[in-house]
Parts: sequence; structure tokens; C-alpha cells
Amino acid sequence: MTHGTVLLLAIFIPAGVTFLIAALGNRPNLRDSASVLAAVATFIAVLMLLGPVMAGARPEIALFEVMPGLLLAFSIEPLGMLFAVVASGLWIVTAIYSIGYMRGAGEKKQTRFYICFAIAISGAIGIAFSANLFTLFVFYEILTISTYPLVAHKETPEARAGARTYLAILMTTSIGFLLVGVVWVWNIAGTLDFRAGGILDGKLDPSFAPFLLALFAFGIGKAALMPFHRWLPAAMVAPTPVSALLHAVAVVKAGVFTMLKVGTYIFGVGFLSKTGAAEWLMWLAAASILIASIVALTKDDLKARLAYSTVSQLSYITLGVALANQMGVIGGSMHIATHAVGKITLFMCAGAIYVAAHKTKISELDGLGRKMPITFIAFTIAALSIIGLPPMGGAWSKWYLMLASADAGQVAMIGVLMLSSLLNVAYLLPIPARAFFAAPSAMPAHSLGAAAAPDNRIEEAPLLCLVPICVTAIGCIVLFFAIGGLYEFLLHIPILPETTP
Amino acid sequence: MLAMIEANLPALQVVLPMLAAPICAVLGRGTRSWTLTMAVVVLTFAVSVSLFIATLDGATISYRMGNWAPPFGIEYRVDILNAFVLMVVSGIALFILPYARASIAFEISEERQPLFYSAFLLCLTGLLGVTITGDAFNIFVFLEISSLSTYALIATGAERNKRALTAAYNYLIMGTVGATFFVIGIGMLYMVTGTLNLADLAQRIVEHGDSSTLRMGFVFILIGVGLKLAMFPLHLWLPNAYSFAPSAVTAFIAATATKVAIYVLLRFMFTVFGFDYDFQAATLRHVVLPLAIVAMFAASIVAVFQDDLKRMLAYSSIAQVGYMLLGLALLSHTGLMASVIHLFNHAVTKGALFMVAGCYIFAAGTSSISGLRGIGRDMPWTTAAFVTAGLSLIGLPLTVGFVSKWYLVLAALELNWWPVALLIMASSLLAIVYIWRVVETAYLQPSPEGVVRKEAPLWMLLPTWGLAALSVFFGTYAALTTAAASRAATALISASNMLWQ
Repeated sequence: MTHGTVLLLAIFIPAGVTFLIAALGNRPNLRDSASVLAAVATFIAVLMLLGPVMAGARPEIALFEVMPGLLLAFSIEPLGMLFAVVASGLWIVTAIYSIGYMRGAGEKKQTRFYICFAIAISGAIGIAFSANLFTLFVFYEILTISTYPLVAHKETPEARAGARTYLAILMTTSIGFLLVGVVWVWNIAGTLDFRAGGILDGKLDPSFAPFLLALFAFGIGKAALMPFHRWLPAAMVAPTPVSALLHAVAVVKAGVFTMLKVGTYIFGVGFLSKTGAAEWLMWLAAASILIASIVALTKDDLKARLAYSTVSQLSYITLGVALANQMGVIGGSMHIATHAVGKITLFMCAGAIYVAAHKTKISELDGLGRKMPITFIAFTIAALSIIGLPPMGGAWSKWYLMLASADAGQVAMIGVLMLSSLLNVAYLLPIPARAFFAAPSAMPAHSLGAAAAPDNRIEEAPLLCLVPICVTAIGCIVLFFAIGGLYEFLLHIPILPETTP
Repeated sequence: MLAMIEANLPALQVVLPMLAAPICAVLGRGTRSWTLTMAVVVLTFAVSVSLFIATLDGATISYRMGNWAPPFGIEYRVDILNAFVLMVVSGIALFILPYARASIAFEISEERQPLFYSAFLLCLTGLLGVTITGDAFNIFVFLEISSLSTYALIATGAERNKRALTAAYNYLIMGTVGATFFVIGIGMLYMVTGTLNLADLAQRIVEHGDSSTLRMGFVFILIGVGLKLAMFPLHLWLPNAYSFAPSAVTAFIAATATKVAIYVLLRFMFTVFGFDYDFQAATLRHVVLPLAIVAMFAASIVAVFQDDLKRMLAYSSIAQVGYMLLGLALLSHTGLMASVIHLFNHAVTKGALFMVAGCYIFAAGTSSISGLRGIGRDMPWTTAAFVTAGLSLIGLPLTVGFVSKWYLVLAALELNWWPVALLIMASSLLAIVYIWRVVETAYLQPSPEGVVRKEAPLWMLLPTWGLAALSVFFGTYAALTTAAASRAATALISASNMLWQ
């Protein structure tokens, strides 16, 4: 098989398996295994590409011309490879977790759920491998549409309202701003290909660069840059596996990935730093980091708090782009992986708590750590990774982002990152602390005898929920030690234009 | 024999349906007249395809009616632009007729059906005649043939709702006013030039130069055609006419009648008038362009608040006409191309959407949006077609709507009119609102109690899906339509006597 075929397989296995899932709708066991098998197959296909890409190959394939000059084409470079590995790898974990969660929570219409889920993954991988801005936009919209039914899954009035906000913001930004940006780039550059060093240098009047950048920064609504972040908390009405994979990994990372991609391959890091077009974006990202963290502090709903935490963490990556230097791109890309593993663990823990104890509020978690020790240990590990403490993977991405700030001479940004870590501590650590150390509040304090003794029997979520949580929690630690390889790999992201000899 | 047919293709295009119309009226039973109409429509489509192929390389076919040489005789003149429109009109008819069989049998009583099909054929004759003829007065005649038959067709909706009669009467008054304006305009041109042949007119107008009579003629024709194509604020006849006409009629006239009027406008504005660039350009840019933009917003906003699906789509049509006028008023190659492409794209998309509305009326007896709660579960195929065509109306990539938006925005950016570009996108956001309101009602609201709804019959479903599939097909392989539109725009510009700046 050529690399091009494998590339297409990685995109079309998840899309194709939807037919199988639909056909097996009446046989849940077979259907769910099909979904897990597809996840494994997709991951294998992506891994088959990883080796050649690390060795320097750039597999590419063009499908067909949609409009004159606009091709639906794919090509892999290190950044896209990283995103594809993260999305497809975590899909396996989530596919297993979904079985436990969806059955445990007694959700309806599971066939539709798995179908939309698979299409969304297909969309995410399509985004990762896009060879040009047009292809990326196509898959970006596929991802939006396919996740809408997932957000609206429960079909309750709240779910409908949440899904409406979700769709409204994502579509408004993508059609209202992003598409205009794309057409603008096409108009001045005559191409939409992602090229090393960008395609705008010398073609775009530097005084317009901040405006074009604004069309992208706000147009890529999936990056949840404030003030277009409201869709992410709204999407939390979805079942937890959706929040876990899509709204901590695939969808939001597709957003920041697009930011990175546009920053490095359309504008070009050199162009951005030369013109200072991204300086406003840096400050906005910093504000987004801090404000979202503060809002997270005020949320009592566990998933809402995690959602605002995601908004804040996504802006780290946007900040990496806005710093416009190599370290920024590396730190940002690294954060895609480290935050993904950490946040998916947190969300899966939230889901496990819901399935096992039917609790969604942080104030109700007192003493639950004694009943669900594994879940809360995993939660603690992941929380530490998000905060950025060693020996968790999250420490490194923050480290490189700080290096990038130093490189760019933006000392204030180092301060923002440190302050944000403190805020992370403040909103994440109280959760396991309450669970482990606070007395269960539901117990009447002075009732009689043995009946009042706290009930400390272990009541964990189903095994199919628990195993994925442990895997990703361990992943947080593994990433800390394996970061050297990732760093080496990300160094291959071309920053400068290719010089023709 | 073949050679004779080939030589007389332009005449056959109009004569075939015209001769079949009276035969149809005397055939008696519904099925027989339907069969004849179907056969004629297939032949008409074949003729228009061969005309299109013959003109694809830029050739112009000139046909002399009764061998009278122009400018004294009536000339049929086919170039790539009107061949394209002919194909759209007869192609849409080809999709509507199989659909009409079940739909009309449901909505119109048996004894009226032959008359209905006869009126349908006359309407087709008129629309094709307007498009193909190269004679100004002949345009007026055919315009009246199509209008008169349309009034009758709309009035047949009275069997379901008596308001169809007032709608038809209203349209009759407005349409007649429009036709009067148009014919007075032509009279003024004739006063000045003494000719009615379009090509001859163009030449003599240039020779004659600027005069106030010509200016008046220009304005009268603009208003007359503006009434026919529902240019805001001359659109008042349209919502009622579209809402109360039988479903098949709505789908047909929505997809073709306004498009043919747009063609007439293009023909007059660009090839006939060439007396004073400044005056013409100022009229288009300072009158038509703002009106187009107002239409895009006002009509879309009104559409958002409609309860009746057909009425909502009718207002959306007014907004979409705005896009076509906008492309025209930009006065550039890309702008004209956008207009011509959108003419086709909107015909396909809106045709499909109105057919879906007809399917709902057939199955559920209502097209009121609140009556469509939960219909996505009972009529999955019909509703899926609605989503597909709806996404195209919004302008998502890989649908035809995207192609139109792309070129329209590109045309605006080429002129550096970026506020116009942003306005185009902002107005398509309104399309999201009104389309998604239906989608949400259809899929996420619980079905009303005790309502039995079955999927529409295959005869209706297949044509509906045919058009919906076309909207995806030509969005994915847009090379065909863009090439035709680009050549049509080039033909218009090269034939134009306006001084292009």
C-alpha cells in the first residue's frame, strides 16, 4: 500500500464504519465492537504513517478539483501527524469508555451516537491531513455538523438550547469570518496550499495583516478564543464521552490546530513576528487564559468547570501562535497532546462519577473519594498535569511556552502563565481534596450509632469506564518522560520558507 | 431527417411544448395528459442539452423564424448564456414532472388535471421562449405567455386553500404592471432606434448615443423586469403566490421563473444598453446593489419569523434573488460569474426545498413548521433531503451554495469592497437560523400525539432526492458549472457595449 492509500484509509475507515454501525443497530454488542475495532484500525493506519513522516517523508494525495484551483487534497506534515495520532489514539480509549458510559447511564439512540461519533473522528483526521485551507474548511464544517446531533443527544429542552448555541456560534464564526479570510487569502495569494514559511509574505500589505489574522482568530470558533467561547460550556449538555473526546480533544484541538496551521503555513511565523500582526492576539489570548480560569472558579457544575478550564487552556495554544517564534509553535503543538490526555481523563472521571454516583456538582462530591478511589486518583494525576507540575506531561508544554515568551521578550506572558497555573490549582485541586478529605455531607452529623457510620464500600464505575481512565492517567505521566522524542519530532515543523537551491 | 431536426433545434425548443399544450387540454384523463407532458419535457430537455453542447465552445446559433432575416424577422439567438438557462429551465421541468404526478393527483381534482398540464406546458413554452429569443418584443410576448399561465397554475391551488385565488389575482395585477413597464420601455427603445432585434438594438443604441428617451427606457425595463424577478421592494406578489400555489407549481416557478427574469435583466443591462456607462453603472451600483443587500437581510429576517415552511422558503427566495442582483451589480467578470452560477445553484437548491415542502403537505397535510414536530423520525428520507438542500442554501462546502458564495465574496474582495463581503456572509448566517429552526423542529421535538405520517411515495421522493443530490454533485464537481458560467460571463462582457473600466 502506498502512503497515500493509507492516508485515505485513516480518513475513510471511520466514515465507512458508520454503515456497519447502522446495519448492526439492533445488536448492541456487535455494534459497539465494530466501533472499537474501527478505532483500532484507524489508529493502526495513522501509526503506519507515523514512521515515514518521522523519517522525513511527506505523504500526499489529491482527490479531485472542486472548483478551478481548489483541490480536495491531503498531505501530512509533523503538526498534522501529531494531531491525528492524538485524536485517533484517544478515540480507542473513548470508544471503550463510551460502551461503559452509554450503557451505564442508560442513554437512548446509541446507534446514532456511534455513527455521528465516527463521522466526527473522520472529520478531525481530515482536518489534520488537509493539504490546503479549502480542504481544511470542508472538514472543519463536517466536524461541526456531525457533532451537532451529539450535543443535542438527550433531546431535552436544555440539550436543544445548548446545541443551538453550539451550532450558532461555530457556524457564525466559520462562515462569517473564517470563510471570508479564506477567500481573502485566495484573492491575494492565488493559492490556499499550506507551505513552509507561509504564503502571504510580500503579497499582503502588513497593515492589513492584523485584520486578516482577526478573521482567522475569531473565525476559527473551535479554538474557543474569548469572546466566542460560549459554545463550549453549552456543549456540555452532551453525554460525557462526547465532552471527553470531542470537546476536550477532537473539536477544540481541531480549532487550535487550525490556528497553528494558519500561523505557520499561511501567515508564516517570520511574517507574523516581522509585522507584529499577532501582538493583539497575544494579549487577547492572555486575557482569555485568565478570565476563563476565573470563571471556572465560580462554577459548581463539574463539567462546566472543566469546560472553562478548556477554554483557558486552549488559549495557551493560541498564545503559542501569537508569540510567533519556533518555541511558541512547539510549545503550542505539545500542549495539544499534553492537554488532550489530561483533559480527557478529567472528563472521563466526571462521567464515571455521574454513572456511579449520579453526581454532577462539585459541592456534592464530599467524601466520594473513599468510594471511588481509583477515579479520584486518576483525577488528581490529570489535574496536576493540567496545572503543569512535574512529573506530568503538562509541565513541558508550559515550560516551552514560557521559553517562547522569553524568546519573544514578553516577560508579561511568563507572568500570565504562572498566574494561570495558580488559578488552575485553585479550581482543580479542591475537587479531589473534597472527595478525599471532606466528610460526606449527606450524612446527618448526629444520628445514632452504626447507621451513621460513613459507608465506605467501593462503588466504582463499570470496568469499561475505569480502564480507559487509568490508561490516560498513566499517559499523563508517560508523556513527561517521553517528551524528548516529541520535542525532536516537533522540531521538524518547518518555520522558515524552503529555500530553493 | 436528423439534419433537419438539428437545423431547427432552436425552434423545436419552443414549438414542442407550445403544440403539446392544446393537445394536452383535450386528452381528457390525468394520466394521459401527464404522459404526453412528460414525453414533451424529456424531448425539450434533450433539445436544450444539444443546444448547450453546440454553444459550449463559444459559438452563437442564429435561427431565423420562417426564414425572415433579422432585423425584420424574428431571430432566435442562442449563445452559451441562454443555452445554460434553457438547460436549467427544462432540466428543472424534468425533475418536477415525475414529482407532479403524485403531488398534483393529491392536490388537484381529476377533471382539472389535463388543463393543469396544458397550463404547465404553456408556462414552460413562455419561459423557454423568453430565454431563446433574440427579439425584444418577442420577449414581451413570451413573458406574457408564461405569466398568464402562471396565474392559472397558482389559482389551481384554490382547491386546497381559497387564498390561492387572491394570491393569483394579486400576482396578475403586479405582473401586468411589470409587463406594462417592460413593454413601454421597449417602446421607447423602438422610438429611438426603429428596431426590436436585440443585436441590432445594441448596435443602434451605441450609434445613437445618450438621450433622455433611452434613459427612460432603461429605467422602465429595469422596473418591469424587477417586478418579474421580485427585486426588493417589488417582491410583494411573491410570498403569497409561492405559498398558495400547488406544491409542484411552487417548486417549478421558484426554480425557473425568477431565474429567467434575471437572464432578461443580464441580457438587457449588458448587451443591449450601451449608451452611457456612467449612468448605467451608477444605476446598478447605487440603486440595484443597495436594494439587493437590503433584500438579502430584510427578506431573510422576515423568513426567520414565518410559521409556514413554503412561505419561509418564499422569503428566502427573495433574499437569494438579492445575491444574484448583487453579483450583477458588482459589474465585474467574477461578479457576473457568481450571478450566473447562483442562478443555477439556487434553482437546484430551492427546487429541492420546495419539493420537500410538497412531500410534507402530501404526507402530513400541512407545511406549517410547528406541525412538523418530530417529522424527521416518520419521514427520514424527506427530512434528510431537506437538511442536504438546506445546508446548500446556507452555503456549506461541497454543496452548490458554497460555490455561489465563494465567487460572490471573491468578486466583492476583488473590488476591495470588503464590507460587502462581510455583509454577504452575515446574511447567509440568517439562512442558518431559518433552516435550522426547521431541522431542530423536525428532529428534536417530540411528535404530536396520535398523528400518523408515512414517508412520501417514491415518485415524489426520487425527484426530490435527485435535486438534493445534484446540489451536492455540482458542489463537489463545480468545474462544470463554473466553466459554463465563466464563459457566459465572458460572452456577456465581450458582447457588451458598455465601456468596461
